[in-house]
Amino acid sequence: VLLNVLTCGLFVTEKLRGRYAALSIAAVVIAVGIPLWWKTTETYRAWLPYSHINELGSLQLQLSMEVEVVFSRGTLTPEQQKKVPLTQTREQQHHVDENTGLKYRYEMKYRTATIMEEDALRQPTAEEADFSLYKLSESPCGSVVVYVIPETSVLLPENIKVYVGQRRTALLRGQVGQGGELKAVLSALDPEIEQVVRTMSFSHEDIMAALSDRIRMGRLSKESLADSMRSFKSSPGYEITFSLLNPDPQSHNLHWDIEGAIHTYIQPLLDKLAPVANHSVDSQILYYAVLGVNPRFDNSVSAFTLSADSLAHVINPVEARLGSNAASSNPVLNFLLFVPDAHHSPLFIQDHSKRVVDSNAFHSPRWGGIMVYNVNDRYGQEAEFPVHIDIDMAHVMGVFLAQLRLMLGVQSAHPPPGFLLQSPGSAGLTDWELDRLQWSRTVENVATASTSITSLAQLLDQIGNIVINDNIAQQVYNAVTSLQAAVAELEAGNLAFALQYSREAILASERAFFDPSLLHLLYFPDDQKFAIYIPLFLPMCVPILLSLLKMAGELRQRRKEQRAKRD
Amino acid sequence: MTAGRCTAALLAAVLVCGLTCASTAAAEEAITEEYESISNANEHVQAQDDYARSQKRREITEHDDDQNEPPPSSSSSSSSSSSSSSSPPSKDYFKEELVIRPLSSGDIYASFQFQTRWDTDFFAPGKKVSHYRLFPKSLGQLMSKFSVREMHVSFTQGYWRTMQWGQPFLPAPPGAELWVWFQDSVADVDGAWKELTNVLSGIFCASLNFIDSTNTVEPTASFKPLGVGNVTHQRFLRYAVLPREIVCTENLTPWKKLLPCGSKAGLAVLMKSEKLFHSSFLSLAVHIRPVCQDWGCKGTAWELRQTVNVVFDLHTTGQGKREWSFFKMFSRTLTEACPLATSSKVYIDVTDNPQGELFELNPAAPSLTQAVVLGDRRTYAVYDLMASGTFGLLRSLNVLLRWKTPGSVDMLRPLLHGERYVAGYGLQTGEIHTLIYNNHPYRAFPVLLLDIVPWYLRLYIHTLTVTSKSRENKPSYIHYQPSKDRLRPHLLEMLIQLPPNSVTEVTVQFERALLKWTEYTPDPNHGFYVGSSVISALVPSVVAMDTSYTLEHPLFSTFFPCKEESSYFVRVYTEPLLVNLPTPDFSMPYNVICLTCTVVAVGYGSLYNLLTRTFQVEEPSPGVVKRLANMIRYLRGVPLL
Repeated sequence: VLLNVLTCGLFVTEKLRGRYAALSIAAVVIAVGIPLWWKTTETYRAWLPYSHINELGSLQLQLSMEVEVVFSRGTLTPEQQKKVPLTQTREQQHHVDENTGLKYRYEMKYRTATIMEEDALRQPTAEEADFSLYKLSESPCGSVVVYVIPETSVLLPENIKVYVGQRRTALLRGQVGQGGELKAVLSALDPEIEQVVRTMSFSHEDIMAALSDRIRMGRLSKESLADSMRSFKSSPGYEITFSLLNPDPQSHNLHWDIEGAIHTYIQPLLDKLAPVANHSVDSQILYYAVLGVNPRFDNSVSAFTLSADSLAHVINPVEARLGSNAASSNPVLNFLLFVPDAHHSPLFIQDHSKRVVDSNAFHSPRWGGIMVYNVNDRYGQEAEFPVHIDIDMAHVMGVFLAQLRLMLGVQSAHPPPGFLLQSPGSAGLTDWELDRLQWSRTVENVATASTSITSLAQLLDQIGNIVINDNIAQQVYNAVTSLQAAVAELEAGNLAFALQYSREAILASERAFFDPSLLHLLYFPDDQKFAIYIPLFLPMCVPILLSLLKMAGELRQRRKEQRAKRD
Repeated sequence: MTAGRCTAALLAAVLVCGLTCASTAAAEEAITEEYESISNANEHVQAQDDYARSQKRREITEHDDDQNEPPPSSSSSSSSSSSSSSSPPSKDYFKEELVIRPLSSGDIYASFQFQTRWDTDFFAPGKKVSHYRLFPKSLGQLMSKFSVREMHVSFTQGYWRTMQWGQPFLPAPPGAELWVWFQDSVADVDGAWKELTNVLSGIFCASLNFIDSTNTVEPTASFKPLGVGNVTHQRFLRYAVLPREIVCTENLTPWKKLLPCGSKAGLAVLMKSEKLFHSSFLSLAVHIRPVCQDWGCKGTAWELRQTVNVVFDLHTTGQGKREWSFFKMFSRTLTEACPLATSSKVYIDVTDNPQGELFELNPAAPSLTQAVVLGDRRTYAVYDLMASGTFGLLRSLNVLLRWKTPGSVDMLRPLLHGERYVAGYGLQTGEIHTLIYNNHPYRAFPVLLLDIVPWYLRLYIHTLTVTSKSRENKPSYIHYQPSKDRLRPHLLEMLIQLPPNSVTEVTVQFERALLKWTEYTPDPNHGFYVGSSVISALVPSVVAMDTSYTLEHPLFSTFFPCKEESSYFVRVYTEPLLVNLPTPDFSMPYNVICLTCTVVAVGYGSLYNLLTRTFQVEEPSPGVVKRLANMIRYLRGVPLL
């Protein structure tokens, strides 16, 4: 009996010891093993400002601009003059889609003209008046000044209601000083001022086109869609390449003074566009470069013709010769001057209605332009080959400049009837056109940067294997802060700063999005992971689990017995 | 003592090669612009001063690229003012030529040279060069962006057999070779080099992007600038070879695109890839360097030299017959010169055939010229593609070389040549042997040997021995840069004096390293390449050198600018090596994982069992007899046992 009791006691202690051993092994595995495994197989993921990014996902843009309305002498009655200066704010709210909202805020400032301005308005022509007004005071980037001049003024020609100058000023023919409340006068002026502002600054269509990255295409009108597809996407820089294609150097020895032409025609425009993007210009001459299609001889015009349908096939074979820019990765705008060979000239481009295109040029959206330059009338039959030919650069550059404006997104405004727009002059671009471009570029940059940052955040959230290095986190952080700054500046109406911040945002977001370090561990298949883990983990975990289960079963058994005993 | 001083002086001579060249190049580059046939060379009076000389030259020669005159773009074809096509500040010229040399083995060597010279300064302060005419835009942008002073890149398929073929005009190692001198204003040379190799690999569709710090070196003496300019420190030089690179049509196509006429006109029409790549040796190269604009070297011009060197095999291309023609070699004939070229010529080496006793040329050459190239005065038949009479009635030129005698020509043994092989057995250690032959009967001369060995062959530099004529030959200059694992290769440069008529053997032992399993190439059992050694030397000339500086030299004789009286510069590349490294079975890691995991699991399982099982004394069960007895007792009703 004693032996029996002894063995029984031994048995109980033995069982307890076994239980403790199993428990402590399980505890070691859970407390040390799992964290160790977790730590050693973890991918490094830097912290990203997810909450800020989510805020950017639903973008509420507010565009503020300042409109100054200046009444010259004779447009207001003395009682009315007493009530100005006066400031009014007008707001327009647009709901674009569930994630994007737009709000335009116009700050209207009404005042009477100063004496100096009155002097300036007394110039003989509108152009001179515009210039002397510009010399008096320079209005800040993004704002518009409207001078209301008496109806009898001779500054504007007959039938012209509004004159838009080269800078940020417009002259508006007002009604003869009517009596009555100032409010009535102002509200009578309102529709016209709104038209002026829409012409000289952003319009809703422009902004919607600029937002095309964020919103679905169906919401855009067809025309603004075409506009937005034609011009290049906003980019921090562009490479502009002029190429002279000479397929027949045996007959034509072409000379173009491209350096001088760029200096005279292109560089002023690019200097003006410097706040929007950096541009670099170069040129080359390609010999034996041919177009992709064989032009047909058309008896009716006794010339070779390229039909509009075949233009699509012209570019590809030439493109192989153009070469990409070795020194940068900015988008390239190509402008090709094609001089047809002696046996295929003259060559004319026909439009869809079989009419010869006057400029003999066409452009390809987001690629560049091609101009055909016929030289066959420069020499007679008896000329000695190769003939030396100087190319008339003024003619060529006129065409290329128009195409360049289109490609860079300087939209040609469609003025309402009664408007007279001053031609841009030597710079190729008026101040208000630049403002328009800056408005839409800023909005486009903000839209693009915010979408790429949100999609990057989504991607990183979805794929847990991607390593996020500190530099990427830094870029994301920079992009987010610049974006917030850009939005805030837009709200405050500082267009120049907003554009600058939006450019920084787009640079940082692209750098983060295309960082090669994101690709390293993008794909590490689960089956390989299991293949490596199972031989070790399965034999280790099964006994632990089994003994834990057994212990739990025993515990339950004992409780049941105790309950039975108590009963 | 005196010998030591002598070698030191020679070392200095080799080292300052670039220096002297820089100064002589001034005179030389201006000379290169002019050609003269041997017939009127006799009339040529060597005038005393430059002015009289240039005046005279103007009278005699047709083409004159004098500085102040616009170059006529086509010589005889009277095209009036066609040449003034480029504006005065930046003029550019294009020249093309083809040299054909019948080799003693019966093979034929064709060397194309295209030179584009642009009288402009890429690095003039404040002015960016961005308007290109003949110079390719892609290379020009590259030069300006990375501030490249000189760039030499070559892609070669096959190995140049010096002993059979003699010296090439432009030596190149098998695979891809790239060496670049950067401007001394570049701060981050390594960064620029990295980016440059990536851009070049895009331009030439080659794997130059595999150039990284593990195969890049900065040689101290072997690669000196070939253009004008002050000597700078070698930290602005980067040199790399990819011996594994395979050259194919995708490299030739972008190469041809750099030519102003492309492959549409001129000599480049002959370059049909299916013929060029069906050859024993093919080397494409692009060299960019600054050269002098004029006699006084007042301004620098940029020279782009594109070359193709190809050796056609007697048996595969020539069907065993010693009869070569353009059509047979290239399956094309020439019909016109490139209209943009200022000179376009075909040279055929007829030195061994002065009286036409060995082979005949059809059509007969209009003129002959002499040129000194690689220490030898050679005679060349010249076909000028600018002359209207060259193409004959058929309007095409198909030069035919027909041998009269089947016997082979004796070739002078090349004075310098090298060989290399790996010795040893097993996969642990080995020995690299480099043999350098000096075949000069009585002159000793020094050579610079450059060896680049990848880090996974660990050189035992203490085992380095140099022996000539079974006696130790102590190098007078050794520059050794040990490797760092996965960072940089071994660089070994030595200046060795080669005794006359001798073989010098350089041996060094190495140990093969074990790579990490991701570092192996996809075909590790093929072996690992070790690039060619480079032997650079000023070789004593057999013939007296040419002293008539007024003669214009063909392009193929003017690449290496060194012009000392009695020696000429030669660079010889040895064979690349193919070394086997210890290669594991690549399914092994998983097997090892499974095995170790199983062992661990078994050990762990038994330990776990021991720790957690409860043990109890078991009562011995009664035996069979006892149980039987009990059963009987039970039946009988007797108490059990």
